Amino acid sequence: MVQLLFKRIGFMIFTMIVVSIILFLLLETGLTGDPATRVLGNFASDEQKESWRDQHGYNQPVVIRYAKWLGNFATGNLGTSIRYKGPVKDVLLPRLWNTAILGFWTFAIMIPLSLILGVLSGMKEGSLLDRTISVFGILTTSVPEFASAVFFSALFVFGLKWLPGTSSMAGGFEFKQLILPAMVLVVYDFGYVARMTRASMAEVMQSQYVRSAVLKGLPYRQVIIRHALRNALIAPFTVIMLQINWLLSGVIVVEFFFAYKGFGALLLEASLNNDIALLEACAMVAVVVAVGSQTIADIGYTFLNPRIRFT
Amino acid sequence: MTTQSTTEMPTVGIGATIWRVIKSFGLLKESWVGMIGIFLVLFWVLVAIFAPLIAHFDPNASIMPFAKPGTVDTSGYTFWLGTDHMGRDILSRIVWGSRTVLTFAPLATLSAYSVGILMGLMAGYRGGLIDDILSRISDIILSFPVLVLYIIVIATIGASGLNIVIAITFASSPGIMRIVRGLVLDLRNRDYVAAAQTRGESDWRIMLFEILPNARGPLIVDACLRLGYVIITIGVLGFLGLGLPPPDPDWGGMVNETRQMAMVFPHMTLFPCIAISSLILGFNLLADGLREISLRD
Repeated sequence: MVQLLFKRIGFMIFTMIVVSIILFLLLETGLTGDPATRVLGNFASDEQKESWRDQHGYNQPVVIRYAKWLGNFATGNLGTSIRYKGPVKDVLLPRLWNTAILGFWTFAIMIPLSLILGVLSGMKEGSLLDRTISVFGILTTSVPEFASAVFFSALFVFGLKWLPGTSSMAGGFEFKQLILPAMVLVVYDFGYVARMTRASMAEVMQSQYVRSAVLKGLPYRQVIIRHALRNALIAPFTVIMLQINWLLSGVIVVEFFFAYKGFGALLLEASLNNDIALLEACAMVAVVVAVGSQTIADIGYTFLNPRIRFT
Repeated sequence: MTTQSTTEMPTVGIGATIWRVIKSFGLLKESWVGMIGIFLVLFWVLVAIFAPLIAHFDPNASIMPFAKPGTVDTSGYTFWLGTDHMGRDILSRIVWGSRTVLTFAPLATLSAYSVGILMGLMAGYRGGLIDDILSRISDIILSFPVLVLYIIVIATIGASGLNIVIAITFASSPGIMRIVRGLVLDLRNRDYVAAAQTRGESDWRIMLFEILPNARGPLIVDACLRLGYVIITIGVLGFLGLGLPPPDPDWGGMVNETRQMAMVFPHMTLFPCIAISSLILGFNLLADGLREISLRD
């Protein structure tokens, strides 16, 4: 157990370092275009670029620059955003908080919904309910987030006029503006989690211990709740944790569509505006969240599953 | 004599494989879900092939801006789906856009599969250090949130058709590699592989002609799912403004260009979204039908 913990955390740190090297090579060296041109624009003179490079230490050897860059990152000095003309940290933190709120509500709706639907369809494999849920799940995962955002906007904003079409929260936080973005994310994501829950539940329902529980005459309800569910919900735990990774992609689309001032929109904005310091910080945050949640998923799975824990 | 038999072997193998693939598609009529899927996919394939015959207007020509669906042109033709803010016929753009999607999505999937299969075969069959290195690399790439990866890659190398194919290959070949690797680990201990090894066939020959054809079942299902997913990716990139450069029609790009006007003219965004969703649904249902059939045997 302890060994596994160290192994996982070691791999997590290793991944982050490799990713930081890749990011550095892509964005800070001349590999894919001159950083000075990217910051100052195409019309800057050579002297301007040269003095910019001098000023920002771009004329030092790559290894030293990487070490300094990583040091700055590790100590929380994320640099200055060109677009927002201020420290990256001040721009990033409120945006992260907004996305956390959106993510929280998405998960708060998606997890119960997909677990209940998954367990219901896994209980009786091949039943009408099972087939309906599975086809419905395929249907919702087939609609890209931007398309379902368009559909929901057409229905709830344009048609019924129930909800606001943008979520910029210009006049302070308003829960109403959070409904559509969260709904789009839930609809796109729940199908996959439900399918995984169903597979896990169906497998457990065919196991020896569930069969013997049924054969010894326990009420069906008790077999499901006390015997089947406990084991069937281990696998969905991992899937849900890995879903955080998907959510990071989803929020980019949804926040862009609804003009929600969150982390995903910021990342996209940074990349479209060549705001390198901001893009690097956003990408690193995304990777830390993604790899961190995967590590927790792995460790949690081991912890929840005694068959692995004790071997 | 011996050389002849070895040169004939693969063609028979490939021919038989293709025949079995066609037969498994034929079995689809037993699954109504799969039938709907194949119907949707075929519909869009036919639309893409006959695009010049179906679309009456030039997809990039400005004719009449902001026309609602059903408006009749001065020349007597109807804009069945209306026009966009630049006066371009939306139906024609969707029809021509199907060509864009059905060119780049299969191309990107094929490219990702070529890389993924080669990596998976090497990792699974050779094992050892190669396996370790390839698996670590794919672990790292897969730990990235996909869209973040696409945005960074496209933002640094620029948006173009080729670059989208490169980005998709980069991001999805590790996943394919994992699947192939798992299948190879199971298949490499089979008798026919041992027989081929005793015959003295080369590693690559064994991987490509003995192992790969026998791993095709799960790979075909995965390819259908992945094709759907690649279409989503191309659409999302277009929607975010990182897709194919305008003006050529691209479904995601159409939504991006007109989404600001969606509150007043919802038809501009609605129809491209229906188009892309139906095509993706087609591939996903097809994959579901194929899986159902493969489980039945």
